[in-house]
Amino acid sequence: MTDLPQGARSRRVDRAGVAIALALAALAAVLVWDSRQLQTTTMYGMGPEVMPVVIAIGLGILAIGNLIDALRGNLPARESADPKAVWLILAGLALLIAIIGFGGGFILATSALFVTTSAAFGRRAILVDSAIALVMTTLIYLTFDRLLTLSLPAGPLERLL
Amino acid sequence: METFAALAHGMAVAVQPMNLLYALIGVFLGTAVGVLPGIGPALTVALLLPVTYKLDPGGSLIMFAGIYYGGMYGGSTTAILINTPGESASMATALEGNKMAKAGRGGPALATAAIGSFVAGTIATIGLAFLSPWLVDFAVRFGPEDYFALMCVAFVTVSATFGDSPIRGLTSLFIGLTLGLIGIDKLTGQARLAFGIPELLDGVEVTTLAVGLFALGEALYVASRRHHTEEKLEPVRGSLWMTKEDWKRSWKPWLRGTMFGFPIGALPAGGAEIPTFLSYSTEKRLAKHPEEFGKGAIEGVAGPEAANNASAAGTLVPLLTLGLPTSATAAMMLAGFQQYGLNPGPLLFAERPDLVWGLIASLFIANVMLLVLNLPLVGLWVKLLAIPQPWLYAGILVFATMGTIAAKPSVVELSMLAAFGVLGFLMRRFDFPIAPVVVGLILGPIAESQLRRALAISLGDPMTLLQSPMSATLLGIALIALVAPFVLKGLGRFKASED
Repeated sequence: MTDLPQGARSRRVDRAGVAIALALAALAAVLVWDSRQLQTTTMYGMGPEVMPVVIAIGLGILAIGNLIDALRGNLPARESADPKAVWLILAGLALLIAIIGFGGGFILATSALFVTTSAAFGRRAILVDSAIALVMTTLIYLTFDRLLTLSLPAGPLERLL
Repeated sequence: METFAALAHGMAVAVQPMNLLYALIGVFLGTAVGVLPGIGPALTVALLLPVTYKLDPGGSLIMFAGIYYGGMYGGSTTAILINTPGESASMATALEGNKMAKAGRGGPALATAAIGSFVAGTIATIGLAFLSPWLVDFAVRFGPEDYFALMCVAFVTVSATFGDSPIRGLTSLFIGLTLGLIGIDKLTGQARLAFGIPELLDGVEVTTLAVGLFALGEALYVASRRHHTEEKLEPVRGSLWMTKEDWKRSWKPWLRGTMFGFPIGALPAGGAEIPTFLSYSTEKRLAKHPEEFGKGAIEGVAGPEAANNASAAGTLVPLLTLGLPTSATAAMMLAGFQQYGLNPGPLLFAERPDLVWGLIASLFIANVMLLVLNLPLVGLWVKLLAIPQPWLYAGILVFATMGTIAAKPSVVELSMLAAFGVLGFLMRRFDFPIAPVVVGLILGPIAESQLRRALAISLGDPMTLLQSPMSATLLGIALIALVAPFVLKGLGRFKASED
């Protein structure tokens, strides 16, 4: 089984692949550790602690499989990625969670996510985007909260409506 | 015949004015969301779940039928006009359809896709209506060990047999199975993998997982590699209508595509990629002008689109009769059932025939509505495609998070959504398939409880799995399907990029 198409450069050890294998092994360890605190109460058949162990064994085997692929450099080729864009969106999600957590309401929370995502995709007009975001999320809030009676978290802005 | 009576009853449910309206809203919203680049039918259903929260089960399932088919039509429009298939099943369409659009034949490409989907969807729904009662009769005799074995087949075919790499497919499946363990064990009431966090006791919501993996993961992935690709929208030039020649070249591929799509979709064989690619290669072989393939051959749009739609109706067969989702989209449909505490399967056919047959009848109606709506509204869909990318993805994320905020506005749930987004991004970046995670999460707990029930009945004797001939056969199939890709490398040459 030679790895055919990728050519010579794919022969290198893939560090990210090794990290994936380690993460899978760690997940398997967590499953086994967690299953130890379950009590076996079933007289016949299978208790709740069996399946986690079975899945952990599967994850362990797959960790080895992924490790072999990574050491052989068998992973598909990846293009370069722009970490700034990813972090911007993640920052937006963190903002959204914080605003919801502190009772800032739906409109502010999703507007924050809108503006950061738009910036991650290369927009630099933060003021314009903020205005668009506020109008759009307000309309969404009114449609879903009032019209469809879906309860969305209310903050200072929602109480004004 | 019994089926006719049941179907007629279903039609009576579906043509009630309110239900017609739900179907119309469903196909409209489904197409509108499905047309957005990067959004496949699974995500369309996941994103639109909140819209149906407040409806009664009947209306909501009918709207679902519309959303499902609408999302598929929308996806083909995107594939033809900007060559970014929202799902791997649209890749063949993108191959030929986009070339046709570039050559100024976008109209006929859209028309053959729409009419082909209608023909295939209608034939396949008839197949669904006639196959289902028969399968239900068969399925009522299934014991828990047989169900467990059947789920093993689905696990293997969805993750290992037909993907790019069985190792990566199985890894995805096991991540899903792990997520399925989280929460209170239903048989003993003990908490697994909850780490003392009360929100985790209820387990992982399928919609949270799907929206995180598909919507957030896709947005992060597209943002990270924005500098690599330039999407170009092909304007629809010239006539929308197909010429006589186009009709002549399309009708046979439609029917052949249906013949590939429906049976393969109805078998638990994982997704619509295989029938679409089979249809594509068949049409290429049979075509009078094979040299046109790769440059915009109408057969290459007509066949795969029909196959895609027929297989979508096909996956409803195991879903409705056995409760077995075999694609990410089917898993989302199952989540839709579960929000009303309904479990598809033989029992649902017996207990709520109005729901099941109303849904099947609505599929016919949704198909007709789409045929009537899709072509005249093509201008509107093209405008949706022209939304600038930053606003498009920002809007998608607002809607994606709104679903979770509406269902459970807690910091833990939203953090889980964000974490699944990161997982989806990493899986895309390292080329792990996404659908097995969703199928693993939703089927894992069901498979476990069936296995435990089987073992409890047999007083703990695992041989019960091999003593039932049905279960022994199915486990044998699962084993072969698991080993085959390792033995025959090159069986899975279909590159699946997932929706």
